[in-house]
Amino acid sequence: MVSSVTNLGRSGLYDWFMQRVSAVVLLAYFLFIGWTMLAGVEYESWKALFAQTWMRVFSLLALVSLCAHAWVGLWAVFTDYLTERMLGSVGNVLRLLAEAVSALIMFTYFVWGIQILWGL
Amino acid sequence: MRLPITAWASITHRATGVFLFAGIAVLLWALDGSLSSKAGFDALTEALSHPLFKVVIWAVVSALIYHSLAGIKHLIMDMGFGETMAGGILGVRIVVALSVVLILLAGIWIW
Repeated sequence: MVSSVTNLGRSGLYDWFMQRVSAVVLLAYFLFIGWTMLAGVEYESWKALFAQTWMRVFSLLALVSLCAHAWVGLWAVFTDYLTERMLGSVGNVLRLLAEAVSALIMFTYFVWGIQILWGL
Repeated sequence: MRLPITAWASITHRATGVFLFAGIAVLLWALDGSLSSKAGFDALTEALSHPLFKVVIWAVVSALIYHSLAGIKHLIMDMGFGETMAGGILGVRIVVALSVVLILLAGIWIW
């Protein structure tokens, strides 16, 4: 049982589930974007696509999924390698620093993404 | 380091995940430019014709391809398929083979 206070869902099972739900959303989004770009993109059609409410909902869902997915994934990496066992006591400091910096980057992506989607 | 192929696949899945976290900045920057205005869209198209940008985009797309395929493999294994050592090794070989093909196709598409 995961007892860390920095993992996303306070439980390994919840993190496992969120990682998969967010992965499916992101896969669907990137496949859709890839398929759209392969079909050929002009400024007018591209702009019109992102002006649709459903596309903004889909994009925001992908953005939220990205943050959750990155949190669970990076947490797994940081807590495996940036540890006291691997690096000594400095490992704990580095891990919390890495978690804080990555959280700040995720939040920045989230706000930036909203600005892009709503043309702010 | 002498590790089974499944371990290398797992490490690469993690490495591409960390790389993609940074790569998302490039994709958001491109999305920002593409939606800002007609001039912004044209400027982005112009920038992306530069070989250096093509390499960056190809690197991000390549990581996305491998990370996605390795992720799909996880979902299939979660359903109980290929959980043996032999199944795991076969799964990695399929993921690597498909990745190589799709990454080459992506390269052709970008250039």
